[in-house]
Amino acid sequence: MTAVAPSLAAAPQAAGEVLLEVRDLVKHFHVGAGFLGRAVGVVRAIDGVSFEIRRGETLGLVGESGCGKTTTGRCILQLERPTSGRIVFEGGDLGALSDDELRKVRRHMAVIFQDPYSSLNPRMSVGEILEEPLKVHGIVPDRVARAARVRELLEQVGLLPQHARRYPHQLSGGQRQRVGIARALAVEPSLIICDEPVSALDVSIQAQIINLLEELQARLGLTYLFIAHDLSVVRHISDRVAVMYLGKVVELADRQALYEDPLHPYTRALLSAVPIPDPQLEARRERTVLRGEVPSPLKPPSGCVFHPRCPIAIDRCAAEIPPLREIKPGHWAACHLA
Amino acid sequence: MATLLEVRNLKTTFLTGAGIVRAVDGVSWDIQEGETVALVGESGCGKSVSALSIMRLIAPPAGRIEGGEIVFKGRDLLQLPEEEMRDIRGKEIAMIFQEPMTSLNPVLTIGRQLTEGLEIHLQMPPEQARARAVELLGLVGIPDPERRLAQYPHHFSGGMRQRMMIAMALACNPSLILADEPTTALDVTIQAQILELMQDLSRRLGVAMLIITHNLGVVARYADRVNVMYAGRIIERATAVELYSNPRHPYTLGLLKSVPRLDEPRRARLAPIEGQPPDLTRLPPGCAFAPRCVYRVERCAEAPPLAQIGAADHSAACWESARLEKRVAA
Repeated sequence: MTAVAPSLAAAPQAAGEVLLEVRDLVKHFHVGAGFLGRAVGVVRAIDGVSFEIRRGETLGLVGESGCGKTTTGRCILQLERPTSGRIVFEGGDLGALSDDELRKVRRHMAVIFQDPYSSLNPRMSVGEILEEPLKVHGIVPDRVARAARVRELLEQVGLLPQHARRYPHQLSGGQRQRVGIARALAVEPSLIICDEPVSALDVSIQAQIINLLEELQARLGLTYLFIAHDLSVVRHISDRVAVMYLGKVVELADRQALYEDPLHPYTRALLSAVPIPDPQLEARRERTVLRGEVPSPLKPPSGCVFHPRCPIAIDRCAAEIPPLREIKPGHWAACHLA
Repeated sequence: MATLLEVRNLKTTFLTGAGIVRAVDGVSWDIQEGETVALVGESGCGKSVSALSIMRLIAPPAGRIEGGEIVFKGRDLLQLPEEEMRDIRGKEIAMIFQEPMTSLNPVLTIGRQLTEGLEIHLQMPPEQARARAVELLGLVGIPDPERRLAQYPHHFSGGMRQRMMIAMALACNPSLILADEPTTALDVTIQAQILELMQDLSRRLGVAMLIITHNLGVVARYADRVNVMYAGRIIERATAVELYSNPRHPYTLGLLKSVPRLDEPRRARLAPIEGQPPDLTRLPPGCAFAPRCVYRVERCAEAPPLAQIGAADHSAACWESARLEKRVAA
């Protein structure tokens, strides 16, 4: 296969309805405000990203800071207007919708943020926080019914009815993230964008929240885009995983294929950098420590953006951009040598 | 190996609006020369306050070291006059913080920040200090060190800033470095670079290191011995190999079981530690972990001491640690 973008319809195991399709997404930010606010540079935050998410699945999006994973999520939510490319959600092209139509469609998407403390209004009680989307979107206009729905939401995320009267500062980090999840559920979304939902939490609490997300997915038929930098967590929760580097998807595959048979040298380096909690195993493990740092998205390298740090780069890599191609069925990588 | 630092029964408290917080509550541990020891635990367990207490950087009036001894090279740091302590900070014992951006001075050049300590602590003349600064930047893998001296921290990336912090820590040839979550703010590939660098330098220069972290993987890779903290106390201590293969405190076991691991088959469900981390102003009497513990028995209302169990140098503060051993053997 030589297709340029991953089309899961072409992959043999592709089954089920596509809920979200991202096609050739580009987001550039103009920065710098030189003299009179003239732009002095372009940050290529996302540079041609394509993937699909099927209803009911979890797609993990991993990469290091600045790779564009959060911006991708924000473009899907229409919190950023893409520079170019298409985002098709529930069959509708979000870029082609009127504001009114967009508002209706967007109700079926929700987001869970990394830091539950800064994303909950400190002056609102938990009950008010959960009621607000029900009111704003006219989901439950009746006051009594709304209170019942708030109780139901609290119960779904493992909190008690009396938590409705508490304020965010009276809750622990794990409880606050449960409120963040309940708020996302309030709009009855089909897609939830989880942007580093457990990375601010203590280790012992992370597992609680991950289990909760999985239970809710099974019970409510949710679809997740799970954005994270922790590769172990992403392996646990995702059905398929996309690896991003400097604004591009460099590898995309089923969970098992990606972790057991990574084809892109960046994915291999990432996996080898994760320390494993077992001293005896660690002592025997071979590691690829990458040289250098992620280059600036203001001036991405020529050819393959990973080539300056790549342990196996050849001359061709500096000259020619490797397309994301299907190397094995359902397993895509953007590497000349894969 | 000789004992470099010994902390005995350290107690550090903070007065808050909600009451007295016993951040470090009677903790004892030590580091041998050239050794890497880890303090592991979750937020609020007292691991950072332990390090700050060693440096005597607990801010009064709210914070207070209430008792204990911190014996460094035979002298109790808690008894030293402030001027003598100033000679130890940065010279004998250096510290690396989690957030390099907030711990570097944004209005001083990299060169000035490196040479300041050398001029003050070692009375180096400016030219010699400058040459040493260039050498240090090279040592921590910062390319083109001559040119870098004139730059400011904001010119540096996160990983470069942390390298700079390490260079500053090494400047005066300390015998001990306290590294408080040194790689938590960094990306995983940069984290690997920095940890390899720290391990390499500590071996080559014979510097002892205290690594404070919540990351069990980092501990497994780099520490010789581990102290696990919970609610201001050490609840388990062992060599890294022993701790991971034979955890004897339910909290340690719970932590190890709750993280998904890349080297094991994927589990259908994770096994979290249930409940919430303790509120330090309202700790239960007895074992602070008891409310979340699946091994809890009546006796846990009485605080268990950190007692030696099984192998030498393996201690746990749990009445039921024998039951955990059976679990591991089974």
